[in-house]
Formats: sequence, C-alpha cells, structure tokens
Amino acid sequence: MKRLFPAPLLSLSLWLLWLVLNLSISPGNLLLGALLGFLAPILMAPLRPLPVRIRRPGTILRLIARVGIDVVISNLQVARGVWRAHRHPPRSRFVTIPLELRDAHGLAALSMITTVVPGTIWSELALDRSALLLHVFELDDDAPFIQHFKDTYERPLMEIFE
Amino acid sequence: MNEVNQLPMWLEVVTAVLLLLSSLFALTGALGLLRLKDFFQRMHPPALASTIGTWCVALASILYFSGLKQAPVIHAWLIPILLAITVPVTTLLLARAALFRKRMSGDDVPAEISSGRDRGH
Repeated sequence: MKRLFPAPLLSLSLWLLWLVLNLSISPGNLLLGALLGFLAPILMAPLRPLPVRIRRPGTILRLIARVGIDVVISNLQVARGVWRAHRHPPRSRFVTIPLELRDAHGLAALSMITTVVPGTIWSELALDRSALLLHVFELDDDAPFIQHFKDTYERPLMEIFE
Repeated sequence: MNEVNQLPMWLEVVTAVLLLLSSLFALTGALGLLRLKDFFQRMHPPALASTIGTWCVALASILYFSGLKQAPVIHAWLIPILLAITVPVTTLLLARAALFRKRMSGDDVPAEISSGRDRGH
C-alpha cells in the first residue's frame, strides 16, 4: 500500500479535487480521479519532493480562519491607503523578521500566507532560513508587528509541520 | 433549462452586493497601481483583486447557483484556493527580481539579509 501510494494525502486530495471539479460521482469519474491520484505522485517522484508530515488538524483549521480574518482586515487597510494616497502617502517599509521555522513546507505555507494577505510582500529569505525580509504596506512600529506575525502565523506552522 | 426556480429576493440582493463589492475592490487595486509611486508599494494593491475580489465573486456564484438548483453548488470555492497556491509564485519572483535590480543600482533598499554565502545550504 505504501509503495502504491507514496503520498496518500496528495492522492486523496487530487481524487477529491477531480470529483468536485466534475461535480459527479459516476463510476467513470471515480475511476479517472483515482487514476490521477495514483499517477501524479509517481510522475512527481523525479522532482524528489521532501517527505511531509502534517499534524494537528485543529491548529490548521484555526490558522486558516485566522488568516481569513486577517486577509479581510488587511484588504480594507490597503484599500483605504490607496484611496487616500494623495493626502497621506502610505508609510511602507521593509521589516526583517527573525525566523525559527525551518521546515521547507512550513516556509512555503508562510509565503502563501504573506502573499494572500495584501498588506505584506515576501521579499527575501536568508540562505540559512534564519530571517525573512517583508515589505509592509502600512506600518508605524516594528516590534508589535513582528510579535503578531510570529505568534499568529509562525508558531502554528511550527506546530503543524515540525 | 426549461424549469428555472424563482430566486428569493434577498438572495438576489446579496448576490448583487457581493458582485459590486468585488468590482469595487478590483477597481481599488487598479487605482493603487496608478496612484502609488514606489514599486514595492504598487505590489500590494493587486492582491485586493486576487483575494477579497475573487472571494466575493466565488461566494456570489455559490449562493446564486445553490439557490437556482436548490442544492449546494460549492465547487467555485476551489478558485480562491487554487489562486492562493499559484499567485505566490509570481509575486515572489517579481519581488526578488525588483530587490536584485534595486540593489544593483544602489537604490534605498535593505542589504542582503544572509550573513555570508558560506552559511547557505
């Protein structure tokens, strides 16, 4: 079983993705989706993906909800900044954030989060993964922002991936 | 399509409001590109269209077609998820390229944050 499906989670999500995209659970689609889930990990094996271990589904759900809320807040902030850009140019700035998260998948998830939140742009990751350079759209004070970033995003990701 | 269910009024209103909201956010994103001066500042507003703009359209589509078919039609929600996975690829590339160019031309951007090349893996 392990040899047939080296990445069971990926196979399962691809199968579900196929069924949802086709909006059908006919035998043909069940079979095609299963074939996709079976073939994709085999075709991707030459890329040598790192084995991933995901834990704590509760933390994952909480993190997704938290990011959803932050995205809405950040959207409103950036929209406000754009509409009044003539009178009050946004105080944008680069922030260096020390990182403790080292897992490649965790960092990939972190980069997704920073990109989805409009107020932050992932600009550079140190070669040894010890620090991250972020561009922040509107920022007064570094310390509270760094604390918020580490508490709300980095710590849950460390719990999930490490 | 010979039998079309009549949508309740409130559902039509909610769908219309969501679509208007979405277009407002997309417009704001475009306006941001026009108004802001600095490259890195201008990278922020387009995210309005790819996040909350898309979310509102997806939600409107889900509500509208679920109402029409009298059953949950939720597959539009895949669009925001797939966007969230693919958008970072281009954003990261753009940011890295811009940072590299600005450093080369001596603009006011932070220096490289890696301390020494030998420590990398």
